[in-house]
Amino acid sequence: MSTRVFEKWYREDRLPHIFCTGCGNGTVMNCSIKAVDAMQWNIDDTVFVSGIGCSSRAPGYISTDSLHTTHGRALAFATGVKMANPDLHVVVFTGDGDLSAIGGNHFIHACRRNIDMTVICMNNMIYGMTGGQGSPCTPVGKISTTTPYGAAEPVFDLAELAVAAGANHVARWTSYHTAELTKAIITGLSTEGLSFIEAMVQCPTAYGRRNKLRQVTDQVEWMRTHAMLLQKVRRMEQEGKPIPEEHFAVGEFVRRHRPAMGVRR
Amino acid sequence: MSKIEFMQGNTACCEGALAAGCSFFGGYPITPSTEIAELMALRLPKAGGTFIQMEDEIAGIGSVIGASWTGARSMTATSGPGFSLMMENIGYAVMTETPCVIVNIQRGGPSTGQPTMSAQGDMMQCRFGSHGDMATIAVVPSTVQEMYELTAKAFNLADRFRVPTFVMSDETIGHMRERVIIPDSVDIVPRKPLLEGELPFQAGEDGVPGFAKFGSGHRVHVTGLTHDERGYPDTTNPETHEKLVLRLYNKVESKRHEIADYDAVNTDAETVFVTYGPCARTVRQVLHDHPDEEIGHLNLRIVWPFPEDTLKLFPNAKTFIVPELNLGQMAREVARHMSGQKVLSMPKIGGLIHTPAELYAAVEAER
Ligand SMILES: Cc1ncc(C[n+]2csc(CCOP(=O)(O)OP(=O)(O)O)c2C)c(N)n1
Ligand code: SF4
Repeated sequence: MSTRVFEKWYREDRLPHIFCTGCGNGTVMNCSIKAVDAMQWNIDDTVFVSGIGCSSRAPGYISTDSLHTTHGRALAFATGVKMANPDLHVVVFTGDGDLSAIGGNHFIHACRRNIDMTVICMNNMIYGMTGGQGSPCTPVGKISTTTPYGAAEPVFDLAELAVAAGANHVARWTSYHTAELTKAIITGLSTEGLSFIEAMVQCPTAYGRRNKLRQVTDQVEWMRTHAMLLQKVRRMEQEGKPIPEEHFAVGEFVRRHRPAMGVRR
Repeated sequence: MSKIEFMQGNTACCEGALAAGCSFFGGYPITPSTEIAELMALRLPKAGGTFIQMEDEIAGIGSVIGASWTGARSMTATSGPGFSLMMENIGYAVMTETPCVIVNIQRGGPSTGQPTMSAQGDMMQCRFGSHGDMATIAVVPSTVQEMYELTAKAFNLADRFRVPTFVMSDETIGHMRERVIIPDSVDIVPRKPLLEGELPFQAGEDGVPGFAKFGSGHRVHVTGLTHDERGYPDTTNPETHEKLVLRLYNKVESKRHEIADYDAVNTDAETVFVTYGPCARTVRQVLHDHPDEEIGHLNLRIVWPFPEDTLKLFPNAKTFIVPELNLGQMAREVARHMSGQKVLSMPKIGGLIHTPAELYAAVEAER
């Protein structure tokens, strides 16, 4: 990322940040800021909103108006901002726990309303900030402090959920796929209605350490090798072939033009 | 020219809010507050504002806080169970100094209790319901006219002190119909804007910082975490936390006698009723039926911050009688400020208000 973009969008006086060394959240922030900058949005018309969690600290490092809210409720606050002033561009940063556990209902309804905002979920498959408890996105069998014998519950597929609930644009990539992720965010920012981008990220501290992915590169490598293009997943499903274990789909899940709310007049 | 209308308390609440410039309502229906959401849904879009029915009360107050940061005068309305759900975000509004108005048309509790009956069981919740130490403002109307006036006033108090302000009404006032004089306009005290060179959470003498509305170029970071004057998190420094929380507390509490709004009748009396909300009506009836200067009446239109000096307006008082629709929530607050005088709590729950005969009998027993 060029210095110009960095200087323009980041609050230098807030550094150093709280993310652990090797955390994937920084990569997603960089991709997001690159995307926002590419839109040539006015900094003063852009608002970042988040809930609570490591990922939700992101807005605090960006030099725009920002609202760091309560756990799980970012989308409710963001809805108020956008509906009260549709001239503001609203981007939400959230974690998998924040969005899908405590905030699950707000997520469904924000997608249903198809509010004109971009929601970026940094999915590290665990609760990072509270020290590594299981999340609705912890894969079956994986270890967390509250799943010491391996997670037993099926995982939430957040991208499929967003599609079903009505979002206009949905994509999933990982912190390995920076170019694709940035492009997906740009598409999200330029699509009217709710855009949901799920970014799988490594969390060496809370997830990797417990799941034999100790090195930062281990988890990034795991994401690279287990990410499967959505087209391929769909084809295999059609052919009735089983999706290999622990693999997940990446790509653009939907881009459509359903009626949206809060669109700039 | 003012107009005279006959309207329901909940209608008067909306009219007062609209007159005060409310332009955003986010909420979720619950009896006995629902008419407020319904009327806002009808009126706000035509007035250029926004109504949104959120998925629950947590989202309702969240959207109201978000809207407030765009500069909108914003409100929500609910009743007991919904009020309980809002508590975490109410604390957020306190910590982030977000002006907003929260109407609670109280009903019988705990839990879903009595949806269509009256109560005042949430008086302590609006003061102490959210975690942490904080000060808030609560107005309590005793007539439909006051519902109009105090709702409008709540917006001014919320904006002036940058604090969530409650309209702590109840089913009786919310659902009754009365004659209301609607003035041409109501006073509007706008939020003080943040000036160039000021920090977004740095307060002057009055303890209230200028407001950095989103989109106005201040690039403010708003967080519910303990923060410094720039708005940046600083969660482990005891001094930062103490300084911030004391300021948030004192900006309201130190002004409680200025904020106070009350009626004091028969100030020489030895027996004095202290009321807020619908019980004031019964005391007025007692005084109407027994025009006796020995019966005093202090009616509080603002209960939080508690204006204890108003009790001193009755220098001869030997007994303060506090009738209320709960098991004695404010009677305890009144008793806290006594030096020798007796405080007689007259609790009533179940949904009905006291009869004039019940209250008069209490006075007779004290003579
Ligand atoms: C109401 C409430 N419950 C619980 C918490 C504690 N808490 C803070 S962050 C968090 C989970 C964060 O996980 P996630 O959203 O996945 O974000 P990450 O830290 O992994 O980025 C929890 C449970 C809280 N702050 N508020
Ligand atoms: S705990 Fe995990 S998610 Fe949180 S900052 Fe550390 S690496 Fe990132």
